[in-house]
Order: sequence, then C-alpha cells, then structure tokens
Amino acid sequence: MKEYFNKYITLRKHNAKVAWKKAKRSKMCYAFLAPYALIFFLFYVAPVVVSIFYGFTYYNVLESPRFLGPQNYISLILDDDIFLTSIKNTMLIAVITGPLGYIAAFLFAWLINELPRWIRSVAVIIFYVPSITGFACLAIFRDILFKGDAYGLINSWGMELGLIDTPILWLVNPQYMLPICMIAILWQSLGSGFLSFVAGLQGVDRSMYEAGYMDGIKNRWQELWFITLPSMKPMLMFGAVMSITGAFSQSQVLMQLCGFPSTDYAARTIVTHLYDYGFIRFEMGYASAIATVLFLMMILCNKAIQSLIGRVGT
Amino acid sequence: MSKKIKEKNVEIEYRKKLIKKRKPNRSVGGDIGLYIFLTVMAWLMVVPLIYQVNNAMKPLDELFKYPPRMIALNPTFDNFFDLFVTMGKSWVSFTRYLFNTLLVTILGTAGHLLIASMGAFVLAKYQFPGSQTFFKLVTVSMMFVAQVTMIPNYLILNGLNMIDTYWAIIIPAFASPTGFFLMKQFMEGLPSSLIEAAKIDGASEWRVFSKIVMPNVKPALMTMIIFSVQALWNNPASMYIYSEEKKTLVFAMSQIQGGGIARTGQAAAVAVVLMIVPIATFIISESQILETMASSGLKD
Repeated sequence: MKEYFNKYITLRKHNAKVAWKKAKRSKMCYAFLAPYALIFFLFYVAPVVVSIFYGFTYYNVLESPRFLGPQNYISLILDDDIFLTSIKNTMLIAVITGPLGYIAAFLFAWLINELPRWIRSVAVIIFYVPSITGFACLAIFRDILFKGDAYGLINSWGMELGLIDTPILWLVNPQYMLPICMIAILWQSLGSGFLSFVAGLQGVDRSMYEAGYMDGIKNRWQELWFITLPSMKPMLMFGAVMSITGAFSQSQVLMQLCGFPSTDYAARTIVTHLYDYGFIRFEMGYASAIATVLFLMMILCNKAIQSLIGRVGT
Repeated sequence: MSKKIKEKNVEIEYRKKLIKKRKPNRSVGGDIGLYIFLTVMAWLMVVPLIYQVNNAMKPLDELFKYPPRMIALNPTFDNFFDLFVTMGKSWVSFTRYLFNTLLVTILGTAGHLLIASMGAFVLAKYQFPGSQTFFKLVTVSMMFVAQVTMIPNYLILNGLNMIDTYWAIIIPAFASPTGFFLMKQFMEGLPSSLIEAAKIDGASEWRVFSKIVMPNVKPALMTMIIFSVQALWNNPASMYIYSEEKKTLVFAMSQIQGGGIARTGQAAAVAVVLMIVPIATFIISESQILETMASSGLKD
C-alpha cells in the first residue's frame, strides 16, 4: 500500500514538473490570455462561486449571511410547491422551444444559404431582427393579438368565425398562458445560434460539395447529412449551448406577457422564481440555491446534447 | 471491363459539366418550394416589427383605433418630436445620455474585441497546461443566469471602487464569454500552416496575431461586434450606476415608457429609437460578414 502511494506521489510530482516546464516554455500564451482571464475570473467565475456559497446560507443583503447548511435545498424540494410548478414549466418550455428553435435556426440558415447573395443578406436581416428587438415588439402579442377582450384580434376572428362564443382571457387563463408564451419565445429565439450557423455554412469548403457530387450524393438532404453538418460541428455546438441557455433561462417574455406574478403561478419559470426571491423578497440565500439548481440542470442537459452532436454525420 | 470504365468516365464528364452550369443536387421544384416557404416565414417574422414602427408614426386618434391597422394612414413624426420635448425637459440633457451610452458601447466593444481575441488566439492555436480547463470554464460560464450573479457582482465592483463609474459597465463587458467562445471556435478553423509559415519567416507572436490572425477572422470579429453592441446599448445599468448624469439612454427611455396610456405614442417612438442602433450595426456588419466570407479563400 505504502509503495503504491509512493509511486502515485512520484508520478504526480513528475507530471507537475512536466506541466511546469511546459508552462515555462509557453509564457507567451499566458501573457496573451492574462488580461482576459483576469477579468473573466473577477466578473464571471467569482460571482458564481460566491452565489453557490450563498446557496447554503440565509442572506438578506442587509445582515451578514448566516450559515444554514442544506436547509435551502431541502425546503426547495419538500416545501415549495411553486418551485415544483416552475420546474415543470421550465422543463416544458426547454423541451419544446429549445429543440424547435434550434432546428428552426439551422433550417432557416441552411435554406437562406441557397439563395443568391443579395437576397441572402436581406433574408439574414429579416430573420435575425426579432431577436435583436424582441422585447420592444412583445407588445403586439400582449395588446393586439392575444388581448383578453373582444378587441383582441384572435378573439374577434374566433368570434366572427363562430369558433368561440365569448372572448378568451388568453394571458390570464392558466390553460393558454404557456403555449402563447412559447410562440413568442420561438419568434425571437433564432438569435446568435442562427448567426453562427449562417457564418458556418458560408465557411464550408465548396470543393467538398463537388467531391461529394462525384461520389454519388443524390439530393440536398444527403448533402446536408454527409457534408454540411459534419463540417460545421463547432457552430452546431455553439448554437446548442446558446439555445439551452436561452430555453432554460426564459423570464422576460413570460413576465411581460402574463404579468408578474401570473395567475396561479402558471407562467412561473425557475428564473422568475429566482427573481421573485432575489429581488422582491431579498432572500438572496434561497435565490442562490435556486440558481444553483438551474445551473446543474443546464450543465447536465449540455452534456447530453454535446454527446448527441458528436454523433452527427456518422 | 474497359467499356465500363469508359461509361463511368462519360458519366463523370457529364456531371462535371452540370456542376459548372448550376448547383448540383438541386431540383427546380425544391427551389420553388423553398422560396415560398421562406417568403411566408420572413413575413411572419417581420410583421410585429413593421407594426411597431408604424405605431410610432401614428397620430393619437389612429393609435387606439379598432380594428388596429398595420400601416399608419397619416404618418407623422409628432411622437418623436414629443419624445425630444419630454427628454429636453429632464434636468440631464438628452445629449448627455446619448454620450454616456456611446462611450460605454464603444469602449466596451473595443476592449472586448482586443482582449477576447488575444485570449482566444492562444487557446485555439497552442497547447499549454490549463488551456483545456480554462476553455471548459468559459463554456460553463455561458450558462449561468445573469440575474444570479448580479448581487455578487455588485459586491466585487464595490470592492474595486468601481460603483457609479462607467467602468462598472465597461470592464465586465470585456470578458463576455459568448464572444470569446465564438472567436475561439472560429480561430480553430484557421489552418495552422498559415501561422507556422509566418513563424518560420521570423514573425513575433504579436505580429502573427495582429498581422495574420486578426485579418483572417473578420467574420467572427463582426459577429462579436454585433453581440457586444447589442448587450451594451441595451444595458440599463441601473444596478451599478446611480448618479443620473452617468445613466444610459435606455434607462432614460424606459422611464418614459413607464408613463402609462397617455404616453403610448411616445413609448412606441422610444421602442423605435432603441431599435435603430442595434439594427443598424447589424446591417452594416452583416454585409461585411458575407463579403469577407466570400473572399476569405482559406483552403487548407
């Protein structure tokens, strides 16, 4: 046993020595990375660590944090019914809008890529603009299309066609809230994934297509699967990460459309729950615990999707 | 046997000609379907935007009309003039808000481009202890929700004496992980032979970075600019900045937007004003993305 430990330690020492030597030789690399790394650790890593720490405390910003242990997590799962609703809603939104938005982004990017150059640049603008200006235009969903009285367009069309007798309170009735929010989310979800797909598609080597054609690829679908997708894996990965983050962290759309808090908490997601505890009740400790749960969910989901994308085109 | 080879050769010749004529593997029917599908989808995507812009141009009596009209009948710019009158009466002038926003946006974006692409360059093209771990950390950090890190961020900024200065918005924007991630992924696509060739010719690391890598990653740079400008322009920064003369345009505008039903027209105008810059940057840099992409000619 002792021998084993000794061996392990010498191995470790050796590894460390090798790493140190390598590090010495690549001083230039560290110099290049240093400015970014410094700011990144200060403003992106440190806050995450701090908020994981607060997850185990009672902290209301005014008093200094009081250590609680896992109490926050226990009450989250056992006592907080609204949290369970919010998990259900978040999962629903993530499972439906995440993949749909991702596929739509790729589909549009791919189809747009077939167009002649000048139409293509106009089309990219048209498809991307909702995700830039999304929030400013949400009013059309709330005040025009799905307004709850007879003046709402959907209600008035439905009544003219005889589909419904009385106006439906689209954004107050828990039955309809989530689907409507999902439509709005999908509308503005093309986002950065879409852009990177467009850029990636342009970067695919033209000669690959010609080679593929010589090798007997018959239609655009085969071309997509065997040539296009495998050669833009990095972009696919980026799009996946962005759409997971987007799908799991939806809050603005739901808060703007359904109000906050929404009827029966039917439109509550993990992030709005967190917002409620963090910035309305100022229970930062509890909010941090919620954030940590969300974070773990996202990482797990990301792992699963990365292994899925790794298999593309094989 | 030789007959078969001949047939194959004829077939290949035929296919080569086809490639020159038009894109291979495309059917006319498919192309038509594609155009129709794209037109319908594009229309759906852009309708809310057109409606919003028209709303800003509608005089008061048209704003509340039923059924709502897409296009303003008598378009006016009254709402915009009203907006400037309202803004002009606030004790911090409109130009000051604009200056604040421009300063923050330009400085933040410039720093982000430089710092993040320097880091991305070494991460993409060199192996050194810790590089993999660092990159994994960046990927993971893209997934943490901004609302959570707000309070710890405040404490850190406070410790650095940066609260209530422009730096509170500018410095964190330098390290935005999304742009960094994108840049690194893109730089991995650059052929290593390009860099090696430059090194053999005796170029220093900095020269390789500034003269060879940077000009070849213009598309990624443009994409970074889009993201950065979007985030900074729309950053209300109400958490970290409390003196009124340092606040950004978005914050001032959102105060007007909160003015209720009497300000409906002005609120629509605000929405349009806020849209213009992100959309404009996008349109300008988008055309460059396509251009540089077409002429980049990076074949390994």
